[in-house]
Amino acid sequence: MAVAVAHGAEAAELRRAWHRSGQRRRLVSLLLVAPLFLYVLLTFMLPIGLVLYRAFENPELIEAFPETASTLSGWDGGEGLPPDPVFATFARELADAPKRATAEAARRLNYEISGFRTLISSSARKIDSIEPAEPSAMRDALIELDARWGEPAYWHAMKRATPSYTPYYILAAVDLRQDDRGDVVQAPEDQRTYVDILLRTLRIAAVVTLVCLLLGFPLANLMANASGPFAVVLMIAVMLPFWTSLLARTSAWIVLLQKEGLVNSLLAWLGLIQAPLELIFNTTGLYIVMVHMMLPFMVLPLYATMKGIPPHFMKASASLGAHPLRGFLHVYLPMTLPGVGAGALLTFIVTVGYYITPSLVASASDQMVGYFIAFFANTTINWGMASALGMVLLACVVVLYLIAARMVGIRQLAGLK
Amino acid sequence: MQYRHQIALVRTLRHLFGAAMVLFLLAPLAAVVPLSFSAGSFLSYPLPGLSLRWYETVFLDGPWLATLKNSLIVGVVATIAATVLGTLAAYAFARRDLPMPTAVLGFLIAPMIVPPVISGLGMYFLLAWLGLTSTMAGVIVAHTVLAAPFVLITVTATLQGFDMSLLRAAASLGASPTRAFLTIVVPVITPGIVAGALFAFMTSFDEVVVTLFLAGPAQRTLPLKMFEGLRDNIEPSILAMATFLMVIAAMTLIVSVMLMKKNTRNLGGRPGGTMAETGE
Repeated sequence: MAVAVAHGAEAAELRRAWHRSGQRRRLVSLLLVAPLFLYVLLTFMLPIGLVLYRAFENPELIEAFPETASTLSGWDGGEGLPPDPVFATFARELADAPKRATAEAARRLNYEISGFRTLISSSARKIDSIEPAEPSAMRDALIELDARWGEPAYWHAMKRATPSYTPYYILAAVDLRQDDRGDVVQAPEDQRTYVDILLRTLRIAAVVTLVCLLLGFPLANLMANASGPFAVVLMIAVMLPFWTSLLARTSAWIVLLQKEGLVNSLLAWLGLIQAPLELIFNTTGLYIVMVHMMLPFMVLPLYATMKGIPPHFMKASASLGAHPLRGFLHVYLPMTLPGVGAGALLTFIVTVGYYITPSLVASASDQMVGYFIAFFANTTINWGMASALGMVLLACVVVLYLIAARMVGIRQLAGLK
Repeated sequence: MQYRHQIALVRTLRHLFGAAMVLFLLAPLAAVVPLSFSAGSFLSYPLPGLSLRWYETVFLDGPWLATLKNSLIVGVVATIAATVLGTLAAYAFARRDLPMPTAVLGFLIAPMIVPPVISGLGMYFLLAWLGLTSTMAGVIVAHTVLAAPFVLITVTATLQGFDMSLLRAAASLGASPTRAFLTIVVPVITPGIVAGALFAFMTSFDEVVVTLFLAGPAQRTLPLKMFEGLRDNIEPSILAMATFLMVIAAMTLIVSVMLMKKNTRNLGGRPGGTMAETGE
């Protein structure tokens, strides 16, 4: 109130002091949030940036054959073979390059044309037998070594693999490739796999989300309206699996669903089945276990929303003569939508990125994108492909995250009201 | 009431449904407990006899204990770091004068949204660059950033019920902002901070995917060993460990519920928001 009664110079002075203290307050807040902000920036955002970088980085050929790379970039890449000096430079560098660098380059070229690896390694072994000669003679000598050096397709592939950065991996991650003219085309029919894997991932996430919603909505509703011991039991049933180690839950399901597991024994004992059902290591197992894992993600936001809906709304609608079903559809359901949105998007986002559980309970043909990222990173050590698939998955998650942020808000998504 | 029969029917169906869901959610967990006390090595009923041999394997044997020790070291250090970082940031949000608070919050909770397989890949690149792969430090750095959002959310939820005018009262009585924070805010929100720390610890203690990318043989954590065991050949020792982890989960759940209750009391009955979510 001091501001209101002060006049003239006094008021101006007071306003400045008020402003200064506000600025200082804000500075303190910034300093408080800065440590976590910088930590997330350096140990989380920077790594994501590195994944993006690795999806395009293309150092192998430049490292092994730097001069060949630069002469190839001068070639227009038209029909026919590159000019003779390219052959001469390549033959010289192939003989001189360190073994390790050659092996890396051979591996990289093999992504472009299958069989390129053996072409490089066999040529590298025999190259020392060629006497240095005129460029045109070197060309003939290389073709003499292996006829494939006379096919333009191999040189086009090598030219595509020489720049410092390549769209190869990101295109391959969506079943596209560059042809010899540099145009983007679909991969050959028998090599299209990743779009299918991506669609399968989205389909699995959608089904899991839908099943969780169908089970979670009535469950959350029951929890919000239950009282006494029943309410406690319901709460424990949702929270205990949620707090239990993911691997403990997965091992429980494997034991329960396997051929001589409890479910099959029970069904056989009841006389419902003659032979044991295949309940795990297939799509059925994947869905059963994933729904169990994800149900709390759906139920908790729904429960929070439903708990906030005053019960007298439904009573009011009933007292006005509405059938309970009508009251539910027109009064209750619309008020639960923020919870439905938060729960569904959260469930979908978490499911899309799952990798550990599917790798343990599903068959090879049920694996999702995450499995292939880990496969390329840990088994074949193809960082480019792992990173590119990571970027495709990340793009899906970011789009969903932005939709969620817009539709239900970050705070609701995080479980803050 | 013309709907009485319908209502009674709906009520019965709802309770049956609730009982079925309780069975679906809890039965798998309950079913493994007896198996872990089996005297035999088959994972099916009936049990050939009872014994503690699988618990002896898990708790008296070197490999399991070594991974448990690694998990505890990583969990405790990462929890302390995440709790400090997360609590300070949550307090900044509660002061309500941060520029673009929603965008900043969205940025800070990104580690719990991005699939861990992507985070793990990126952190591997970063740590390889720094020469920190296959070190405890590397695993701890990664677990800290994954756990911090859970502290941030839990403490922010707690602070939502905190009456900020108490701080102005302290200031008017001559307390410095630091003193006001330590003597007024911290005591009131301590249950929230401890609950956040509990979330952070459980996040680290259950983390598999990122650790898979970063840990060498000497940093193998408990979940990593369980994962490898499940991939190769599931045996009752894994179920003994799973039972142990369920007991831990139950105790954590009880403690966190007690903390939330205490928190609501501390804030004069105002609820602080829902519990945070936890990822893979």
